Amino acid sequence: MNRSERTGSAAGFWSDTEKGGIGAWLLSTDHKRIGLLYFWSVFGFFLVGVVLGLILRLELMAPGRTIMGPDAYNAFFTVHGVVMIFLFIIPGIPGAFGNMLMPIQIGARDVAFPRLNLLSWWLYATGAGVILLSLVTGGGPPDTGWTFYLPFSGRTATNVSLAVFGVFIVGFSSILTGINFVTTIHRLRAEGMIWGRLPLFVWSLYATAWVQILATPILGITLVLIIAERILGVGLFDPSRGGDPLMYQHLFWIYSHPAVYIMVLPAMGVVSEIIPVFARKPIFGYKMIAFSSLAIAAAGSLVWGHHMFTSGMSDTAVLVFSFLSFIVAIPSAIKVFNWISTLYRGSISLDPPMLFALSFILLFSIGGLTGLILGAAATDVHVHDTHFVVGHFHYVMFGGAGFAFFAAMHYWLPKFYGRMYARRPAVIAWGLMFVGFNILYFTMKVLGMKGMPRRYYDYLPEFATLNLVSTIGSWILALGLAVMLVNLFRGLWKGEPVTEANPWGGATLEWTIPTPPPTENFAEEPVVTHGPYDFRGAGIP
Amino acid sequence: MSHATHRDYAGAKLGMWLFLFTEMLLFGGLFILYAVYLHRYPAEFAAAGHRLDLVLGTANTVILLTSSLLAALAVTAVQRDEGRVAFRALGGTILCAGLFLGIKYAEWSAKISHGIYPGSPDLAAGPPGESVFFGLYYLTTGLHGLHVLIGGVLLTVVARRVKGGRVHAGDYIWLENGALYWHLVDLVWIFIFPLYYLML
Repeated sequence: MNRSERTGSAAGFWSDTEKGGIGAWLLSTDHKRIGLLYFWSVFGFFLVGVVLGLILRLELMAPGRTIMGPDAYNAFFTVHGVVMIFLFIIPGIPGAFGNMLMPIQIGARDVAFPRLNLLSWWLYATGAGVILLSLVTGGGPPDTGWTFYLPFSGRTATNVSLAVFGVFIVGFSSILTGINFVTTIHRLRAEGMIWGRLPLFVWSLYATAWVQILATPILGITLVLIIAERILGVGLFDPSRGGDPLMYQHLFWIYSHPAVYIMVLPAMGVVSEIIPVFARKPIFGYKMIAFSSLAIAAAGSLVWGHHMFTSGMSDTAVLVFSFLSFIVAIPSAIKVFNWISTLYRGSISLDPPMLFALSFILLFSIGGLTGLILGAAATDVHVHDTHFVVGHFHYVMFGGAGFAFFAAMHYWLPKFYGRMYARRPAVIAWGLMFVGFNILYFTMKVLGMKGMPRRYYDYLPEFATLNLVSTIGSWILALGLAVMLVNLFRGLWKGEPVTEANPWGGATLEWTIPTPPPTENFAEEPVVTHGPYDFRGAGIP
Repeated sequence: MSHATHRDYAGAKLGMWLFLFTEMLLFGGLFILYAVYLHRYPAEFAAAGHRLDLVLGTANTVILLTSSLLAALAVTAVQRDEGRVAFRALGGTILCAGLFLGIKYAEWSAKISHGIYPGSPDLAAGPPGESVFFGLYYLTTGLHGLHVLIGGVLLTVVARRVKGGRVHAGDYIWLENGALYWHLVDLVWIFIFPLYYLML
C-alpha cells in the first residue's frame, strides 16, 4: 500500500509505526493491523473455496462424468468444506471485523492481550498452511467430507491426519481469540461503557467468544482421537474392537453444531449495527437482541444430536434433541422481529451495506425456516443427507454469515482504508449475487425434496434439468462476486478519499475517531454518555 | 506504544482461568468416553484396571500433590518478597515433574513390553472392553504427560524470571499463572488416578 498516497496527514494507523516493511504488518500487535491481516487471509481462502465450489457445480451440471472422476470429486467437496468452514467462515467476522472494531467500539486502545492476538493470527496462518500442505503431500487431499466421519476417515489412504492436524491448530487460534475477546470486553471498557451501552456487535462477539472457548476444546480432542485412531489404531470408535462410531459423531457435533453459532452470531451482530444506521432509527428491543445472542449461544450448545437422527440414537434422544432444536428458533426469531420493527417507519436509505444486511434477513430466514424441517425428526428422515440439507446450510452460512461479511466490508472498510468504493457497481454486484444465490441454492432444496442425495458424484437423469439451473445460478453468483471484488479493490486503492469521521451517520464509537483510525484509536480515553444507537447523541436509552 | 506500561493483573488472571477451562474441556472429551465405555463394559474395565501398577500410580499421585504444594509455596514466598525461597520451591516442583515423567516412562515401558499397547495383538485377542480401557488409558495419560512436560517447561521459564528478579512481590503474574497451570495438571491427575488405578 502506498502510504504517502493515503489521505494526507490523516494516514492513521497505516503509517504510524517504527518498523517498516512487511514486518510492520506480520509482527504488529495493533488490533487494526491484525484485523486486516485476518481480513485478507480469510478473504483469500473464501475465494479458494468459491473456485472449488464452482468446479463442484460444474461437475454436477450434467449426469455422469463431466470434468472429473469420482475420487477427485470426493476430494473437491471435502476441501471446499474444510476451507470454507475452518478457514473462512469461523474465523471470518470475529477475526477480521471483531479485531478491527471491537476494541474501538468499547473505547479501548487494543485488546487485552495484543501479543496473544498476533499469535492467534500466526496459528491461523500455520494451520492453514498445514491444511494446504495436506493437499499436495502424502496420499493426496482428504476425501472424507469436512466432518471426518469415522470409520472411513480412519481407513482412507488420503492425507487425513495432516489435514486434521491443521484444523487442530486453527482451532487453537479460535480459542485464543475467544479468550482475548472475553477478557477485553470484561476489563477494557471505557468509562461509561456499561453493559447496557455495548454495541450489539460487541454483544454478539461476546456470546461467540464463549462458544469458542467452551466448544472448541472438544473439537480439539476429537481431532486428536482421529489422528490416534489412524496412527495407533486405538479402536475407540471401531465396533470390531469394542468402540462405537456414534461416540465420534457425538463428540464431533458437540463442537460443530455450536460452531454454526460461531459463524452466524457475529453476522447477526453486524446486521444489528447496520440496520439502525440506515433506517435512521434507534434499534428496536436492544436488550432482547443482546439477550438473544446469549440465548442462542446457550441453547445452540444443546442441540448437536439433531445431526444424528438417522445414525442410530435411541428414540428418546431423537425426541429430546428435536425439541431442543426448536428452542433455538425462538431467540433467532426475536432478532428477526426486532430488525423488522427497527425498519418499520424508518427513513431507510438503500446504500450497499444496507442491501446486504436486508438480504441477510431474507436469506437467513429462509435458511432458518428450512432448518425447522430438518430439526423435526420425522421430516428429517425424509430429507436427511439430501441436497435439501446442502441448500439449507448454504442459506444460513453463505446467505447469512457470508452476506453479513460482505455487508461489513461495505460498511467498515472505507473507515479503515480512508477511501470509498463506487456505489453503482456495488449495487449491481449485490443484485447479481442475490439472484444467483437463490437460483443456485433454492434449486438444491427442490432437488433434495425430490430425493437427490448430497455428496454423490452422479445422479439419475430426472435431476438433470434442476442441476443445470443450479449450476447456471452459480455462474451468476460468481459474476456478482467478481464485480464486487473489482469494485472493492479499485475503491480501496484509488477510490474517492474519505476524510470525515462518520460517512454513514453511525452513533457507535468507531465513528467518532478520525478516518482512518490513528494507531492508539483515541487521543484520550473516551467517556461514554449515551447508547450506541442514540442518533441524537444525547440522553441514555 | 503504550502496551509496555499497561498492566492488568485481574485481566491476565481472567485470561488464564478461561484457558484452564478449555484445558479441562479437552480432557473432558476423554472422560466422557470413559464414562460411556465404563457403562458398557464394567467388568472388563475392572479387570483391566487391576493390571495397572498401583504402587507406581500412588507414587506419582504423591509426587504431583507435593509439586502442587511447592508451587503454592513459591507464590507465597514471592508475595513475601523471598525470591530465593520461591526459586527453590519452583525447582522442587520442576524436579517432581521430571520424577513423574520418569515413573510414567517406566510404567509405560513395562506395559508395552508385556504386549499391552494400542492396537497390539495381545489386546486384540482379549475382550473388546479391555482394549478400549487401555486405549483410553494411553491416550489420557499420554495427553496428561504432555501437559506435565509443558507445565515443566513453563515453570522453568518462570523460575528463570524469578531468579532474574523480573518476578517479584510487585509483579508476580507470571508465577501465579504458571502455578495455576500446574495446579490444573495436578487436578486432572487426581481424576485419572482413581478412574484408572483404583477401579474396583
